[in-house]
Amino acid sequence: MKTIIKYVLLDLLRNKIILVYTIILAVLSISVLNLDSNPSKGLLSLLNVTLLFVPIITILFATIYFFNSIEFTELLLSQPIKRQKVILAEYIGMASSLAAAYAVGVGLPLLFLVSGTESLILVLTGVLLTLIFSSLALLIFVKSKDKTRGIGIALVVALFFTLLFDGLLIAFIYSFSDYPIDQAVIAIIAFNPIDLARVLMLLQLDTSALMGYSGALFKKFLGSATGSIFSISCMVFWVVVPLFLSVRIFRKKDL
Amino acid sequence: MIRIEGLTKSFGKFKALDNINLQMQEGQAISLLGPNGSGKTTLIKSILGLVIPEKGKITINNHVVREDWAYRSKIGYMPQIGRYPDNMTIEQVIKMIKEIRKDHTQYDEELIYGFGLDKMKTKTMRSLSGGTRQKVSACLAFLFSPDIYILDEPTAGLDPLSSELLKEKMVKERAAGKLILITSHVLSDLEGIASHIIYLQDGNLMFYKTVEELQASTGESKLNKVIAQVMRTELPAMKHN
Repeated sequence: MKTIIKYVLLDLLRNKIILVYTIILAVLSISVLNLDSNPSKGLLSLLNVTLLFVPIITILFATIYFFNSIEFTELLLSQPIKRQKVILAEYIGMASSLAAAYAVGVGLPLLFLVSGTESLILVLTGVLLTLIFSSLALLIFVKSKDKTRGIGIALVVALFFTLLFDGLLIAFIYSFSDYPIDQAVIAIIAFNPIDLARVLMLLQLDTSALMGYSGALFKKFLGSATGSIFSISCMVFWVVVPLFLSVRIFRKKDL
Repeated sequence: MIRIEGLTKSFGKFKALDNINLQMQEGQAISLLGPNGSGKTTLIKSILGLVIPEKGKITINNHVVREDWAYRSKIGYMPQIGRYPDNMTIEQVIKMIKEIRKDHTQYDEELIYGFGLDKMKTKTMRSLSGGTRQKVSACLAFLFSPDIYILDEPTAGLDPLSSELLKEKMVKERAAGKLILITSHVLSDLEGIASHIIYLQDGNLMFYKTVEELQASTGESKLNKVIAQVMRTELPAMKHN
């Protein structure tokens, strides 16, 4: 398994898209952080960039990568290795190269310009989002029959979590505003990894005015520390559950 | 060596394989023939465990395919389309497979040198032509001197010289008592290699005979004429039964 991870990494670290992704992240980070003297604001802008781009780029790149590797996967599977090992190795190689791109592209500028716990949490948020959406991409890959459909589903999933989910949440909050729905809202947020990421980061920045309804709820009900732990655990679930399902489905998939 | 019992597989409503029973022994070179979509690749992939059968059982050297993945160490597989990670070099691909197969320390690298891949080992897979990628696939299939070779359209896309080289290698391996299973539409390429013919159509096994038997029943000697004759006369007769 280590061998496969190593060679997938070797391949992906020389991938042009990953290089360009790293450079764009780095340029964005440096320019955003230099725009304002207030580092908190810079971090917030970077957070928005992360929440907007990381999910969609990760899920698209990963889905396409998994589909393009079908023949390579077959070749590996014709060797005496377990199916689970092959698919997990491909996931780990894929997710860690994208995570590395984020860590370098955003992490390095942060380290030099705004080092501190908040910056660390932002990098953690980006890395977790990368792992989550790679995991979802794997699930899409094992569930869908062909590449075109897979990419379509990946796009829909990414747009659902970045745009549609919040719209539905707001509709929900407005229509039930007469009832005590605070806890329900927290529960619903757990179903969107991007919201979890936003809340996690905003809890660190302590800019309550910018936290919005959901962030304020987290603070009120869970407090900063518990809220952070809650959102991190939920995000870890978002990595593990799709991954576990993918491996199970892949065991019986026809190639 | 390979025993297939009652193998059935469908994709949706389409029956790719319908109750196939086969036995293949060492020293045989079996050519798997049939029109496009007749189930050849599905059969090969079932043997490799890439396609999970609905019904039936495949055993290889008494290992049941579904239960035990270790049997695949005995198989060298050359896929129809070889696609590799873009940025890996030929050398890295070969090294990776060697590292995965730690059980082996002896390698059969005759084809690597024969095809001249050792001289372009630093080229990335993306930059290679389809034929060269095919050569890499062939080298990987023969690398560990397995007991069973499964070759899916091995000579398609190869230049005449390389194609000859690969055929010579197959003849040599067969003489060494290996089992070779080949699908190919280029019948002239199978001349002198194939000892048995399996003919599939619409997922059904039409016949499984030795080349001599077929030559005797058709009165032809060239393989492509033999098969053409069989397709004209014997297959329609079989369908009516």
